Amino acid sequence: MAILEVRNIGKQFDNTKVLDDVSFSLEEGNALAIIGSSGSGKTTLLRCLNFLETPDQGSITVKGETLFDASMPRREQEKGLRTKRLHFGMVFQSFNLFPQYTALENVTLSEKLLAKEQPDFKQNKKEIYERIEEHGEALLRQMGLAERMSHYPHQLSGGQQQRVAIARALALQPDILCFDEPTSALDPELTGEVLKVIRSLADKKTTMIIVTHEMAFARDVSDQLIFMDEGVIVEQGDPRQVIDHPQEERTKQFLTRYAQG
Amino acid sequence: MFWNVTRALLDGLLTTFQIFLFTLVFSLPFGLVLAFGSMSKWRPLRYLIQVVVWIIRGTPLMLQLIIIFYGPGLWLGHNIWSGNESGRIMATVVAFSINYACYFSVIFRGGIEGVPAGQREAGEVLGMTKSQIFFRITLLQMVKRVVPPLSNEVITLVKDTSLARMIAAYELTFAGYSFMKSNGLTWPLFYTGVFYLVFVGVLTLLFNYIERKLDYFR
Repeated sequence: MAILEVRNIGKQFDNTKVLDDVSFSLEEGNALAIIGSSGSGKTTLLRCLNFLETPDQGSITVKGETLFDASMPRREQEKGLRTKRLHFGMVFQSFNLFPQYTALENVTLSEKLLAKEQPDFKQNKKEIYERIEEHGEALLRQMGLAERMSHYPHQLSGGQQQRVAIARALALQPDILCFDEPTSALDPELTGEVLKVIRSLADKKTTMIIVTHEMAFARDVSDQLIFMDEGVIVEQGDPRQVIDHPQEERTKQFLTRYAQG
Repeated sequence: MFWNVTRALLDGLLTTFQIFLFTLVFSLPFGLVLAFGSMSKWRPLRYLIQVVVWIIRGTPLMLQLIIIFYGPGLWLGHNIWSGNESGRIMATVVAFSINYACYFSVIFRGGIEGVPAGQREAGEVLGMTKSQIFFRITLLQMVKRVVPPLSNEVITLVKDTSLARMIAAYELTFAGYSFMKSNGLTWPLFYTGVFYLVFVGVLTLLFNYIERKLDYFR
């Protein structure tokens, strides 16, 4: 069974349809790449999955549990919103690291706050915090940032900041990790280090959704690819198939325009 | 004579300092509450606070002080402020707290809105509650942003305390002025100025220190 089922998602801002009847599913351990020009609704789709936007239509189901259904009453939708969000991790285009915390603190903050809600927190506070610190350090080492743990975000390069952000998103062990154009805010020479990290996550069978403009990367790394235009899914399927042999006219046009730069 | 003047000015300084300190103690949190209100999704509250801020910022503090000190006595038939020095100080602190809270609320709102939306969103996707997001993420970034404009207002407050003379509170300027009235001396006025300069100088050092302390992040 698919880990994620997205059905008929629709979203409107004022009178503009940003998402229209978007449906797809994702298998556990697979990476899904979403491509498309800016304004095609890719980012809004990710934001809907992370409950940063509320869809007007459709449903979102993770591991068989319906987290969102537009037909549910509003109160039902918002119930347990914080817990529902934890199914998804989010890596933002602009990193959004917390500037007043070190790299390690950025990674451990939310885990520490959540630990406070555990019934045994008071008795085992010290051990719990130690375990969280170790976990955070391990994640940063995995990101190749062993030497940067006590640096503040402004002391790090864009690529390093984005890798901290990836570690931060992984810290809560989400079922599905979402990337919103993770390299778009980076200098070209820094995109490689971030893509390498995402590639290694894919090798470890991390379930991911990656919104990206890096076509070659999407083609290599993802198991499934969606091309979006004007709020609808125009084409989806095997990444090589879609990129090398697009069936739809709009996909062809986009890829030609992209190849021409 | 010099010692007499010094003692009188120190007396006045104590009142000035009390007004200053208590006004800050009340107006800073109250200003934050007003700032939240002015960003509320509930429109009536937002409009109400806009009108209050307009009235308070749009009329002289001296006028507000006179109304707050004399108003209750004239409307209710008995003065709610005791007639002695502490009653005058209390009335001054109330008037000043309302006035400064309005100015602070605008500064705080600017500080909160200046924190990028992405910071809040990052907190949300990490499962933080609204209050965790405010206290753990937004607050310190807001404080860093508001320190410079806040220091302006706080320094203005030091000098505004001299308005308490209007309701005969024996503050620093009143103390210096009394020597001119009774002895025809002008040098105590300059001496009074030195007191204010030292007060503001200490505050300036304090604000520089806070800014430096918050310099560790951007």
